[in-house]
Amino acid sequence: MLDIVLMGLNHKTAPVTLRECLAFSEDETSAALKVFRESPAIREAMLISTCNRVEVLMATSDTSNAADTVKVFFSEFKSLPVSEFEKSIYIHEGDDAVRHVFRVASSLDSMVVGEPQILGQIKAAYQIATSKKTSGVLLNKLLHRTFFVAKRVRSETGIGDHAVSISYAAVELGRKIFGTFEGKKVLLIGAGEMAELAVEHLIRNRAGDILLANRTFKNGVELAKRFNGQAIRFEEITGFLEHVDIIISSTGSSDYVVTRDQVKGIIRRRRNRPLFFIDIAVPRDIDPEINRLTNSYVYDIDDLKGIIDENIEDRNREAIKGERIVDEAVISFRHWFESLDVIPTIVELRDKMEDIAKGEIKKTLQTLKHLSDDDHEAITRMTNAMINKILHDPTLLLKSNGHHQNKSVYLDVTRKLFKLDE
Amino acid sequence: MEIFNFIVITFYLLSTLGYFAYLFLQKDVYQQTGFYLLVAGFCCHTAAIGFQFIQSGHFPVNNLHEVLSIAGWTVAGVFLVFQYRLHLKILGVYAAPLVSLVMVIAAKFPNAPGQANNILNNLWLVVHVVAVFIGEASFALACGVGLLYLLQEHAIKSKKHGFFFRRLPSLELLDTTGYACILTGFAMLTFGLITGFVYAKAVWGRFWSWDPKEIWSGITWLLYAALLHQRLTVGWRGRRAAIMAIIGFAIILFTFLGVNFLLQGHHGEFTKL
Repeated sequence: MLDIVLMGLNHKTAPVTLRECLAFSEDETSAALKVFRESPAIREAMLISTCNRVEVLMATSDTSNAADTVKVFFSEFKSLPVSEFEKSIYIHEGDDAVRHVFRVASSLDSMVVGEPQILGQIKAAYQIATSKKTSGVLLNKLLHRTFFVAKRVRSETGIGDHAVSISYAAVELGRKIFGTFEGKKVLLIGAGEMAELAVEHLIRNRAGDILLANRTFKNGVELAKRFNGQAIRFEEITGFLEHVDIIISSTGSSDYVVTRDQVKGIIRRRRNRPLFFIDIAVPRDIDPEINRLTNSYVYDIDDLKGIIDENIEDRNREAIKGERIVDEAVISFRHWFESLDVIPTIVELRDKMEDIAKGEIKKTLQTLKHLSDDDHEAITRMTNAMINKILHDPTLLLKSNGHHQNKSVYLDVTRKLFKLDE
Repeated sequence: MEIFNFIVITFYLLSTLGYFAYLFLQKDVYQQTGFYLLVAGFCCHTAAIGFQFIQSGHFPVNNLHEVLSIAGWTVAGVFLVFQYRLHLKILGVYAAPLVSLVMVIAAKFPNAPGQANNILNNLWLVVHVVAVFIGEASFALACGVGLLYLLQEHAIKSKKHGFFFRRLPSLELLDTTGYACILTGFAMLTFGLITGFVYAKAVWGRFWSWDPKEIWSGITWLLYAALLHQRLTVGWRGRRAAIMAIIGFAIILFTFLGVNFLLQGHHGEFTKL
């Protein structure tokens, strides 16, 4: 009897150094699947490798043997003694394995709950498995259910709703102020990973012109090339405050780069259009007093972090709903899985009947040469109809859900009566 | 008539319920339900008013009950139009309860059929009343949008993103919607005042008679004129515009009710108990 087994390690059980050692590239994944396919213990297999996890999903009738095969393969392929990673490995069977796959794909098991990449990574891993033909009836069904569950969790819970990174949080805030970024001018003061990421998000949200101010004008020009923007001199910032709408600041300056008086003077000239300051620098670049001016909003890095913490809490609350959806899906998968062993029995039964009928028809027709082709066909049709009628009641009985406990008994008897296991 | 009123109020209250469900549960289906319930209530309400018009032979602004009913009807109608045009879904949370409240208060007052009053049969008067009411209904919505703006701005400024931050739209949308409401309200109020002058000239032989309601309406008009002027010249927007919209509506409420109860004048007759 085949069962679904999942084994692997993730960010909760293994440190990053170990995960790095065991990570599989796309080509390596293909090579691994090839080895698994040849192993007698593993019937179906798929390998998921992301920066937070390395997991093998299998269909096997011999869990311990299959697990050993995978461990030995990991050890040989990555030149790492089994003892190095054995403690980090978890092995789930049956419902637990199914639940784990559902949870991973729905991003309930992620380091940042609700992050959207994982589903794509699982899809890619599944694609490799299908192209290497290591996925069969079980994994195909399981993965299709998985994609469905993940989508449901995402659309029915707020698990991915609110930003959990500084730059996304800033963009989300901007949306609450401006509604849309279309035509909104952005000024980036200084440079830095987070600030540049925020600018990229804004560009992706169709922000208008990008201006860049840097103490070293040359660096500004280089950045401007990257963002397809315009570099301005540091001294020109005050003048440009009149025209820009979003200011992202990230310099190493120890004093405020933009002061309250600078902004106060231009608000009237801006005709009160809102100004949004995102201050990512430590120490701060933007005078916090600016937040008190009308239609000006200042968020520094602590404010943004505060928002993110709230959002993470929210996601964790939503994750509880996600777990419920996963639990439901596990139960419904179990139903399918249980009916599965009925179906091959019925199919085998039918195959056997049809083989017998074919043989007998052939034998009979050889002696009845005077029959026309139409007559041949009529006889074939009649035998098929007989098979259908004969198998109708046994099939119904096997498929019916009324006798859960006895199902395996019925299946056993059927297989023995018709010698299906030989 | 009573049963008609009852149906209308029931629809409005159910709509309010729908919008509150939307506010708390954030499911679009509740908002749609609230909207269609309001449409249903509005249709029944229109039928009721039309029926009354035909039955009594004059425009039903005879007593306080009828005046409030017309006020509720215009707020509902104006809200539906704005909702259809501007898609500010959350505004229903303000409009539906407001309409319900007005209708419930109206129901508290007796609807005694006033004696047929000839001066209520003039086309100018009907236009005057309807235009002024539409204008004031728009200002009522502007006040609601202003309140929402202040809530949302407070959330953003104070950096405490509570209940409302997620549920309210962007400041920009609130601001432009408020502006659209005030612009419509101002146009209708201006039109209403002009038709009022024409009507006064026809009935009393003079455009302006220093009636308290006229004076206060003039003050209201000047206030909104100033607000629009400031917006167009120096860009008064956001917080200040929102506060002005709220103050403006407070003055309207006073003009609408306070003047009738506290001061005398020829408008008072229409709203006596």
